[in-house]
Amino acid sequence: MSTAIKTPHAIDAAKKNRATSFDVQRVRRDFPILQQKIHGKPLVYLDNAATTQKPLAVIEAIDHYYRSDNANIHRGVHTLSERATADYEKARVAIQRFLNAAQSKEIIFTRGTTEAINLVAQTYGRQHVGKGDEVLITAMEHHSNIVPWQLLCEEKGAKLLVVPINDRGELLLEHLDHLLTARTKIVAVAHLSNALGTINPLREIVRRAHARNVPVLVDGAQAAPRMVVDVQELDCDFYAISGHKMYGPTGIGVLYGKADLLEAMPPYQGGGDMIASVTFEKTIYNRLPYKFEAGTPNIADTIGLGAAAEYLEELGLEQIEKHEADVLNHATQAVAAIPGVEIVGTAKEKAGVLSFTMEGIHPHDIGTILDNEGIAVRTGHHCAQPVMERFKIPATVRASFGLYNTREEVDALVAGIHKVREVLG
Amino acid sequence: MSELRELYQEVILEHSKHPRNFRVLDSASHRAEGFNPLCGDRFTIYVDVQDGSIRDITFQGSGCAISKASASMMTQTLKGKSEGEAESMFTRFHDLVTGHGSRGEDLGKLAVFSGVSEFPLRVKCATLAWHALRAALQGKQEAVSTE
Repeated sequence: MSTAIKTPHAIDAAKKNRATSFDVQRVRRDFPILQQKIHGKPLVYLDNAATTQKPLAVIEAIDHYYRSDNANIHRGVHTLSERATADYEKARVAIQRFLNAAQSKEIIFTRGTTEAINLVAQTYGRQHVGKGDEVLITAMEHHSNIVPWQLLCEEKGAKLLVVPINDRGELLLEHLDHLLTARTKIVAVAHLSNALGTINPLREIVRRAHARNVPVLVDGAQAAPRMVVDVQELDCDFYAISGHKMYGPTGIGVLYGKADLLEAMPPYQGGGDMIASVTFEKTIYNRLPYKFEAGTPNIADTIGLGAAAEYLEELGLEQIEKHEADVLNHATQAVAAIPGVEIVGTAKEKAGVLSFTMEGIHPHDIGTILDNEGIAVRTGHHCAQPVMERFKIPATVRASFGLYNTREEVDALVAGIHKVREVLG
Repeated sequence: MSELRELYQEVILEHSKHPRNFRVLDSASHRAEGFNPLCGDRFTIYVDVQDGSIRDITFQGSGCAISKASASMMTQTLKGKSEGEAESMFTRFHDLVTGHGSRGEDLGKLAVFSGVSEFPLRVKCATLAWHALRAALQGKQEAVSTE
């Protein structure tokens, strides 16, 4: 056989391919926590929908902040305060770029997705939802996108309506049109379901809601680390994310809102930083985004979140999406081939999540045995009890993938599932 | 693996697959539901108490192997015991699965649950039925939750 001689053109193409291809082994080295053994076996972390591990870039950003820049922001005249303020605001711009928001003032820092949704429910919601009005969610929402609306509806005498899903875990869009009425005041929907992995057709949902002048809030906690999110292209009105689900710290998240909506909303919490001037007679609220950021914020973790967004951008969300799709496809095929295993959530458009049950074996027992093999999965209802009810199961095992997972780890999962049979019979 | 075998002993697996006293008890004088919201395990315990003694005890519901076997073996053990004996047995059983105190020498067959102490996250599974029993005997109406 003759050795293939590469033309300059082929070499360029190969180089380009290497530059744009996703080197998962190299990426894994960015995550110190992954280099450990659990029960004597290499850690296989498949609980990324619960929380993701943190790259050195994030750990070091937080470490650096506390070692060298820590101060309160937006007030001090001293150097440290100036640095802390600059870093904090730099993170806002990083998130603006990450979500492709039109303006940085549309980025409000919160404790997480949950607080971001509560913020909208308690401000926009209380302002616009009245007696007899309706709030529309879907059957696949996480509790955090159900309960804030229930609280609001209870307070206002409004109704919470639910767009149903089919047996594959896909939204029944035809029901959306019937459920969207003159009484609908807001639609709240997950971009990517944490329990089923379904990717919802947001453009279409937003288009139909906007045709009736109904704003749309998107729970983007699971989508943000897994796909390119462009809030302008989606044209959604609010988009909520959590830092810790996108390789950033816990305790920090973001509410994106269109500026005109945010301007018209009353403040969420009162306190320092959210005011322009205070007298006992009258308080003038600060401008966006500070109007919604009362009190000294979680500065260090905001900076950590900014570092996470930059890390993801450097790797490229398209690359991450492609890599995770490959791992998920491999996992879906391999797990579906195991006798007695049933996959829950088989939507055509899916990412990140593989939920399943095993005939005659409770998910909790599966979780314990997998853990003994070094494999971390989630077992339970995944904070989506209505989804479990829809599929008439008490719980599932959920393997959820991140950018650092490999096909070999999927193979370890499959071997682990066989082990479950061996131990429990 | 040996720790796993300690946890999932043959007796436990056998009870989880073929639970004893797994039925509604029509003559029950007390009943209560135990619920673990984290994993969805849910059992109802039925007890027929007369003159302070457990004449009959059964259960219904669904859960993992550990919680189901524990409920099954609890009903076997407690039939004919007094309320006081049941309470003191729960205390000893709790000590066993949390790794405090004895290895269960005084608990008879229930000693097979000693392996649970190596798996702190599974203590709630092993004690769910017992918590429900206590609630039933105390006449509580609402489901007891492990959370």
